[in-house]
Amino acid sequence: MRKNVHREIDLSRQPFKRRLQRTMVRDWDLYLLLIPGIIWFLMFCYKPMYGLRMAFYDYNVFKGMKGSTFVGLANFQEFMSGPDFFRTIKNTFMISLWQILICFPAPIVLAIAITEMRNKFVSKLTQTATFLPHFISVVVVCGLVVNFLSPSTGIINLLLNKLGIESKYFMVKPEYFRGVYTSMTLWQNSGFNAIVYIAALMGIDPQLYEAAIVDGAGKWKRIVHITIPSIMPTVVTMFVLQVGKMVKVGYESILLLYKPTTYATADVIATYAYRVGIGNRNYGLATAVGLFEAIIALIMVVGANRLSKRVTESTIW
Amino acid sequence: MRKIEILNVKTTIIEKLKKNKANSFKKNELSNHLLESRGEKIFNVIMIVLGLLITVVTLYPLWYTLIASVSKPLLVESGAVVLLPKGISFDSYVQAAKKDGFWMAYANTMFYTVFGVLVNMAFSTTMAYALSKKRLGFRKFFTLFTVFTMWFSAGIIPLFITFKDFGLLNTRSGILFGFAINTYNMIILKSFFEQVPDSLEEAAFMDGASNIRILTTIYLPLSKPALATVGMFYAVNRWNSYFWAMNLLRDDNKMPLQVLLKKLIVDRVANETEAAIVTAQSLSSPTTVIYAIIVLAIIPMMVAYPFVQKYFKTGLTIGAVKG
Repeated sequence: MRKNVHREIDLSRQPFKRRLQRTMVRDWDLYLLLIPGIIWFLMFCYKPMYGLRMAFYDYNVFKGMKGSTFVGLANFQEFMSGPDFFRTIKNTFMISLWQILICFPAPIVLAIAITEMRNKFVSKLTQTATFLPHFISVVVVCGLVVNFLSPSTGIINLLLNKLGIESKYFMVKPEYFRGVYTSMTLWQNSGFNAIVYIAALMGIDPQLYEAAIVDGAGKWKRIVHITIPSIMPTVVTMFVLQVGKMVKVGYESILLLYKPTTYATADVIATYAYRVGIGNRNYGLATAVGLFEAIIALIMVVGANRLSKRVTESTIW
Repeated sequence: MRKIEILNVKTTIIEKLKKNKANSFKKNELSNHLLESRGEKIFNVIMIVLGLLITVVTLYPLWYTLIASVSKPLLVESGAVVLLPKGISFDSYVQAAKKDGFWMAYANTMFYTVFGVLVNMAFSTTMAYALSKKRLGFRKFFTLFTVFTMWFSAGIIPLFITFKDFGLLNTRSGILFGFAINTYNMIILKSFFEQVPDSLEEAAFMDGASNIRILTTIYLPLSKPALATVGMFYAVNRWNSYFWAMNLLRDDNKMPLQVLLKKLIVDRVANETEAAIVTAQSLSSPTTVIYAIIVLAIIPMMVAYPFVQKYFKTGLTIGAVKG
């Protein structure tokens, strides 16, 4: 009946083949719109994936893929038996751990503080100020860090000197690296990451608070018994996401901050792959390292999604 | 389901705001009379102090950069400048503006940002629109095809080799088209398009309009806020990115600002810190010039910040609800 009236929008009840034929004919231009995107994904996402074959070759820079010899798992063996293997894995894990312990809870506390502020002006001001650093580029942020921590002219060391403490070589000594990196990301991302929690907090039914007030619950009790349980699903989801991303630490900023003297604590899998590949032109080994990282990342993300399904009964995607 | 959630969040926010206004008197009365009002008051004061403290700590690095850039170099390097500028001088800016290639790099970044965002939006809207239509055959497959790249990517070296194979090394078009789509942004656009009710396009279909026409005349005007949000995401990314420009470009006259900044403000000082161990004396470094360069580099972002902030927030909350 409807078929005769006008062109149908919902074809989903018809058999698949017929449906496909119809949409192919009627919506040919919809596929036309899809083509540029598909081509882009093939060229810049799937072509590189095909290029992962390099991981199993002794890649020859000049002759390309054809002139390279197949070496099986030799590149992986080289990576795993080398001294850098445990160091990079340990550093990647440790930096992520610091992120989870310090940078993960900070936005939650910040969001609660911002929404609990009665003074709307201060609340707005705090939010605007903490959100700001996220929009400053990695290069400028790292530039600020390096300049502030300079032993001769950096403000931090100048202030330390005033307190009678000798200048510290923050960027040179490996023991400072994780602290420096963690503080930097804390400064840059806390306000940004708080937005999600603020949205969740705004969604809490105010009647809950009113009922609690009538029951005689103080500020603190209301936060513990209403606010925190209400945003728990969001917190769990974000936590699972964070764990899923553990392998992917911010190599762009680490590349700018680390130096040979701090490799002991700063060199992560991605920066190692970058040095081996772009620096030493050992493409085969670098690709193997990258593939190793990507596979672990994939396992972590899929595992995290499974976990979130079980815990919050909602998938992330 | 998800759509309803978004609407719910929006309405609850609005309701909450309304209620807050209406109930503010009532609430105050309640808290003043029924509860330990002194405790509440102390709590409020503590929160205000905390908020101001967080604000000051967050903004101080930027404030220091600004005051150091307009102070006399010697006073900065001796640690005399801490809270306010001293011995005001704009020499640092004059020197910064004279740096080799600074304005060239600035212009390049403008170019990459403006045209890059156009490329981004062209590729992302077309694909997002097609994927948002339930009648598209193999829709699930195509969606998985794009989403999979968020979970698994080949990494730095294979992508670098890909650019090389396509002859895009050291080309501006490589930068523009090589990063045409950010999967996450594309998915956000797709979910925005999905929220537009089908009934709107049904009428257009009856009039015999094509899909492309419907996209340009109905969907694009309707989703201006969404387009602005995603455009803003892309613009900030374009403006701030350095990594691939650094690796793919060779010529100085193609370099964006961030790559030059890396040389001027990160590498130079990094070398100095190493040299400082050896010689244990400060080089006569124009620290103030570095700060002036930083100020010049972040001015556009700071000017755009109010707009950026507004759109980012809406985009993020929707992204978060959508997951």
